[in-house]
Amino acid sequence: MPNRTESEPAPFAREGGSVLACIGHGAGGARVVAASSRLAMLAGAPWHAVLVETPRTRRMQEPVRLAALEQLRQAASQGAVTSVLEGDDPAAVIAAYARRHACATAVLARGRAAPLPWARPVARRLARLAPDIDIVEVARAQGRPPATREAGAALDQPAPPRRYLAALAASLATALVALPLLPLLDVANAAMLFLLCVVLVAIRLGRGPAVAATLAGFCALVLAVPRRAYDVSEFKYAVTFGVMLAVGWITARLTAGLREQAEAAIAREARTRSLYEFARALSVALQLEQVFEITRRFVERSFDARSVILLPGVDGRLAAPSAPVLNVLDMAAAQWAFEHAEPAGAGTATLPSNAFIYLPLLAPMRTRGVLAVRAARQGTLLVPEQRALLDAFAALAAIALERVHYVDVAQEALVSIEGERLRNSLLSALSHDLRTPLTGLVGLSESLTLSRPPLESSQMELACLLRDEARRMSTLVANLLDMARIQSGGVKLKLEWQSVEEAVGAALRACRWQLGGRTVTTRLAPGLPLVRFDAALIERVLCNLLENAAKYTPLDAAIEIGARLDEGLLLLSVCDDGPGLPVGREDALFEKFVRGQQESPIAGVGLGLAICRAIVDAHGGRMRAFNRAAGGACFELGLPLGDAPALPVPDAEEDQRVHQP
Amino acid sequence: MTTESSPVALVVEDEPQIRRFVRMALEGEGWVVHQSENLKRGLIDAGTRTPDLIILDLGLPDGDGMRLIREVRGWSPVPIIVLSARIDEGDKIAALDAGADDYLTKPFGIGELLARVRAALRRQHKGIAQASSSVSFGKVEVDLQKRQVHRDGQPVHLTPTEYKLLSVLLANMGRVVTAPQLLREVWGPSNTDNGHYVRIYMGHLRQKLEEDPAQPRHLLTETAVGYRLQP
Repeated sequence: MPNRTESEPAPFAREGGSVLACIGHGAGGARVVAASSRLAMLAGAPWHAVLVETPRTRRMQEPVRLAALEQLRQAASQGAVTSVLEGDDPAAVIAAYARRHACATAVLARGRAAPLPWARPVARRLARLAPDIDIVEVARAQGRPPATREAGAALDQPAPPRRYLAALAASLATALVALPLLPLLDVANAAMLFLLCVVLVAIRLGRGPAVAATLAGFCALVLAVPRRAYDVSEFKYAVTFGVMLAVGWITARLTAGLREQAEAAIAREARTRSLYEFARALSVALQLEQVFEITRRFVERSFDARSVILLPGVDGRLAAPSAPVLNVLDMAAAQWAFEHAEPAGAGTATLPSNAFIYLPLLAPMRTRGVLAVRAARQGTLLVPEQRALLDAFAALAAIALERVHYVDVAQEALVSIEGERLRNSLLSALSHDLRTPLTGLVGLSESLTLSRPPLESSQMELACLLRDEARRMSTLVANLLDMARIQSGGVKLKLEWQSVEEAVGAALRACRWQLGGRTVTTRLAPGLPLVRFDAALIERVLCNLLENAAKYTPLDAAIEIGARLDEGLLLLSVCDDGPGLPVGREDALFEKFVRGQQESPIAGVGLGLAICRAIVDAHGGRMRAFNRAAGGACFELGLPLGDAPALPVPDAEEDQRVHQP
Repeated sequence: MTTESSPVALVVEDEPQIRRFVRMALEGEGWVVHQSENLKRGLIDAGTRTPDLIILDLGLPDGDGMRLIREVRGWSPVPIIVLSARIDEGDKIAALDAGADDYLTKPFGIGELLARVRAALRRQHKGIAQASSSVSFGKVEVDLQKRQVHRDGQPVHLTPTEYKLLSVLLANMGRVVTAPQLLREVWGPSNTDNGHYVRIYMGHLRQKLEEDPAQPRHLLTETAVGYRLQP
């Protein structure tokens, strides 16, 4: 009972061996696949699905063979390792496969009653060939007549009548040679000549004509013999005729079978070679156009078909080909095939009336596009071997497309690395070349101020001015280089969890000489968390803001640095009590080369604030400027807060103890 | 200077103007100054002149100054002060880890240069003398034997971790200590990626020992490099 077999598969699934589903060309393939998949799942074992092609199955009708291949595909989609095996004896082929892949259980559809008493079902033969394998038989589908037999009978390649005529002519010629010699020869020897003729016909013309030749020869011999007296040797002749008929028939079948196998082998070899040549041609392709051209050429040569590869645009829609070669292309079907990663069009389950077949180009990373093929003769692509070959072509083309894609990606990466390297070396060369003379200038002017005996007061004043201007110049150069680095996208933020207090302290120390005698007060909210930023760059922002404040305020001005938290941001502000900002132009100050007053006696090019904004933007923060109600300018930057990392546990405990007196 | 004869400095720098004012500044302090304009010459002079101080530019035309640091450290503890451009924080840390004593960012003032030189020499002499059991900076006094800290004569309580951090800085008084080195010495070698530990504990130390923690005078930050305890 089918239900019993399927509902209690567990006892059959052995530990430690995989399950082998043997899909036949008859009914029951779906049941075999379903049962095997469940067995494998219950046993937690991998499973294989095989389809055996024999000379007999190769003669079956296309729908039957396609149905079997479809079962194989189903199995593959359910996780089976699938393969199509070739051989004369299905049982032997299956046994060999099972041994090679350590399969412990084989599942097959129950064989129908044997057509001939000596032809044993596959299951029985398999049991004898591989006694260590469990064999599970599932029932064939109910109510369906055995399809193979009908197919097998009806589907002998219909040999054209010409061949039969040729076969009959050959028999006639043999009769013309052999019958006149009958008096000299024995009947058995004449029969030998006819058998020779049958063998030749079978080799040249195939099975049907060979059978026809056998019958023709038999008739000729029977008719020729009765002219002579029937005597006691009548029985002898009957035996001779009978044996001749049987041997002729068997020879015809065997010879024709051999010939078919040879032809199949040649066809297989041709397919393999075309696949190999296609793969080799694609392996050197480095551009999309080359892949297109090679695919088009090979599809034309192997299938006598026209083809085009459709690639998706950035929006995921396939773009219609620019050349009008395939004007009846159904873009909707192609898009369907692309999106579902399943073939569509002629010979498939989806839109089978379409003139084209649309194969998705499935590469390891993603679907790369669609291969649309239209054969000159509609049936060419329906043959399973041809379909399998076309699928292989599609897979190769997909891999080639993916490789070309990654070649492009690699080249882009190379170019960008090269560009970055060039930019960095240029900037560091500039930096070195500008800083070196400035270092000399600063040092030498300072040496002047320290020289002994001391300079006169007017000379000293000049020396101090020289020193201060040199320092200002070096700040300017630092700003310019930073701007260049940030603008060229070459800045990699060194983000670390930083203390705000520390950043403020470091900035104040770094630009203490620019501040002159101005008093700076810090107003940092208690308990500020660590904030993630690039300490060197934020120090530059604070320095620029402090320097700005110092530049536009009198020497006795009060500068205030504040830090507080507000809505997920750390707000850092630098405010002064100077003349304030020009009303209405607060935001324009952050533009490059924009200054509060165009004609200002105060030196500067207006780069500092632009850099501040660029740095803060790079941190994902924001920056603004405003006038305080009490007078004076205020610059504020907001940096996003994150989840500060934890302290090591013992330290945290120790801290708690200390902070609770 | 405690020695009778004048101390000897070696300046390895390819730029003549920088060499010149460094020489003038050091000579003003009573040093005898030798100059090398490239790495090759510098390596020879470091061996033959037996200097008491080396001032080294990291970017020399014929090679990396790091090589000189490593070679000299193979046989001598002579103080080495490195000159470097601002953007190369990584180079500074690498030079300090390779054994340089301190660094100066170009452009630098003579005041800074001389302060670094004095600190480096003081530390070296301290190392030889292994002097007193108490150290002080500003209004803070640390008794190394009793492990007690006073500020303005008042006892200050430090947690064990804070004291350990302070003692590493005290041992390198006046000299920059890189953040990785502090992490290694205070928290152990497995914590070198936790840079925020140092920042938090430096904050605690400033709260307890500085007058204005936001404008420290002694526990200074060398941005992106490390910390310096300024006496």
